[in-house]
Amino acid sequence: MDVVWLIPILPLLSFLIILFTRPNLYRKAGIVGTIFTGAAFGCALLVLFSNFAEGNQLVEANWFSIDSVVLTVGVEVNPLNALMLVIVTLVSFLVHMYSIGYMANDERIATFFGYLGLFTFAMTGLVLSPNLLQLYVFWELVGVCSFLLVGFYFYKPEAKAAAKKAFIVTRIGDIGLLVAIFLLFWQTGSFELDVIFESVLAGDITPSMVTLIAILIFIGAVGKSGQFPLHTWLPDAMEGPTPVSALIHAATMVAAGVYLVAVMYPLFSSSETAMTTVAITGGFTAIFAATIALVQRDIKRILAYSTISQLGYMMLALGAAGYTAGIFHLTTHAFFKALLFLAAGSVIHAVHEQDIFKMGGLRKQLPITAALCLIGCLSISGFPLLAGFFSKDEILASTYADGRYVLFTMALLTAFLTAFYMFRLYFLVFAGNESSKAKESSRIMLIPMFILGVLSVVGGYIQTAWFGTFLGDWLETSPYPITVDHPTAPIWLPISAILLSLAGIGLAWMYAKKLRYGERLNPVHRLLFHKYYIDEFYRVTIVKGTRVIGYFWMYFDRFIIEGGAQALIGLVKRMARAGSDIQSGQVQTYGTVAFSGLVVVLLLIAVIGGYF
Amino acid sequence: MSSIPLSAFLLTALLLFCIGLYGALTKRNAVIVLISIELMLNAVNLNLVAFAKYGVGASIRGQVFSLFTITVAAAEAAVGLAILIALYRNRATVNVDEMNTLKK
Repeated sequence: MDVVWLIPILPLLSFLIILFTRPNLYRKAGIVGTIFTGAAFGCALLVLFSNFAEGNQLVEANWFSIDSVVLTVGVEVNPLNALMLVIVTLVSFLVHMYSIGYMANDERIATFFGYLGLFTFAMTGLVLSPNLLQLYVFWELVGVCSFLLVGFYFYKPEAKAAAKKAFIVTRIGDIGLLVAIFLLFWQTGSFELDVIFESVLAGDITPSMVTLIAILIFIGAVGKSGQFPLHTWLPDAMEGPTPVSALIHAATMVAAGVYLVAVMYPLFSSSETAMTTVAITGGFTAIFAATIALVQRDIKRILAYSTISQLGYMMLALGAAGYTAGIFHLTTHAFFKALLFLAAGSVIHAVHEQDIFKMGGLRKQLPITAALCLIGCLSISGFPLLAGFFSKDEILASTYADGRYVLFTMALLTAFLTAFYMFRLYFLVFAGNESSKAKESSRIMLIPMFILGVLSVVGGYIQTAWFGTFLGDWLETSPYPITVDHPTAPIWLPISAILLSLAGIGLAWMYAKKLRYGERLNPVHRLLFHKYYIDEFYRVTIVKGTRVIGYFWMYFDRFIIEGGAQALIGLVKRMARAGSDIQSGQVQTYGTVAFSGLVVVLLLIAVIGGYF
Repeated sequence: MSSIPLSAFLLTALLLFCIGLYGALTKRNAVIVLISIELMLNAVNLNLVAFAKYGVGASIRGQVFSLFTITVAAAEAAVGLAILIALYRNRATVNVDEMNTLKK
């Protein structure tokens, strides 16, 4: 389909239009952005359906060539990125619409929508890339957009610091990706995915090199998807406006890491070590972030840690050969986590408060938000028949089938923790009798939430054990060599998952009243509240270490390099002064010197020529 | 006419030249310096004439050359003295040591 070109172009147009007519558009920028991304979403749907009917396609044009190496740009449509396109454009469209209401009172609303357009362009471009070089360009571009949007309230020092942190920490991961791309190019002489996979499968690259490349790519994914140990930027990124958190830091950009692993899946699956690394990192991150989320007080931070945990789940699924499960959870997570963030935004918009301990009883004031938030919480907790239930089940089944029972247990436990912290949040915010004054959000904010709410309920039926594994079968039509698993889980598995999540909800309900009076501050609680002191640890080790090195080189530069340059300058100056002292302006002195010179030359000629 | 050897002429010229050079490089009075330069020029003239008479390819050419040199030297002396007078009017000195405006 030709419209695939339009998908990145439309948001880019929106960005450019808003950029150049910003002062005139002002509040209308939101409408422009919404229309353009809506159109992009329409195109993405067309592309999706044409992929069902016509299969995959790849359009490429030469970009430039160096010797025999031809670099290409192009767009590719296969099941994986058609799905991603729909998710990205849909969430972007809904977030645009929501932001019209949420950002209505912000003076820089036009700038905000400009950035959103640029981000949507970058993200769709990333997804459509058929080669790694193009992917890397867009990969960095989404990072820049994330930086701009996290630092949108740049007059707040926290936001400024968070933007810098988000950018720098993800950059650490990006270096891994960049090195991996170089290595792949060195090994295969191409950036094209199909060429790379062919040579990987043909065994042209040594197994240890495959492992190394896969792990380096995974480091890039770790940075972008906020996996341990590079997760610290994601909670801080919550300083950005809430719609941004929903779009970038919940549904799309952070999922880019998972997407990257899924794209490079043929590479990963040919290295056992790489798969194990992915699975262990994912599994550990899932439970690690979930425990932190248990005790946080800031509504958005809880959701941020929840995002990290869920992304860990996806990584775990991919690492455990659950390709379908990972993508499936990516899809459903995009719906319910975007919903939760938008609901949180609606709450923040209403009460101007982010501490859940200062909220309560909002169910009465914000009935629609409360209902939608409940749907989101139920979905993420894996309540039966909702979207999250099916995808989480799929992940658990894949992990179980993979045979790493420790990771499987961790995943089960995470499901329990997830249910607990989500309902801790829900009960503290919406339940209770305290009534603070609040007004339900406007319709333009509720409609996107409603759509996401519907998707959070029905989104799971694309891949169920009962109605057929539509998603898995479809993903299998990918042009790349991907083995799609069809794990069969024992019957006790979904049942125990349901029981665990219900137990989590029940526990949260039991504790909700008690929690309202503040939580006990025992050492474990403090450890979790301070996020295992990871930030502090990084501050004293890496940040300080880098600073020390920085200072060393600063002083090296100031004293050794600068001093050396100054010494050289001094020497030249002194020589010049000496030279100008010789030039006294006394013609007779010049004459004497010239004559002496002549004498010396003549003497030399005489001696060397042998006239003496 | 007894022949005076060529070397005698050359030695005289050398002596004249050295005296001229010494004067040009050491004397403070600009007039003396100009005179010393005339001495050096005349040493050259002497050489030219000597070679014109006793040289290997002796011919009239040398004498013609020396006539030219005398003419040029006269012009040079005139210009030099004119400059000197202009300088004297401006700076009230003929001391070569004080003529160092080239320095700055």
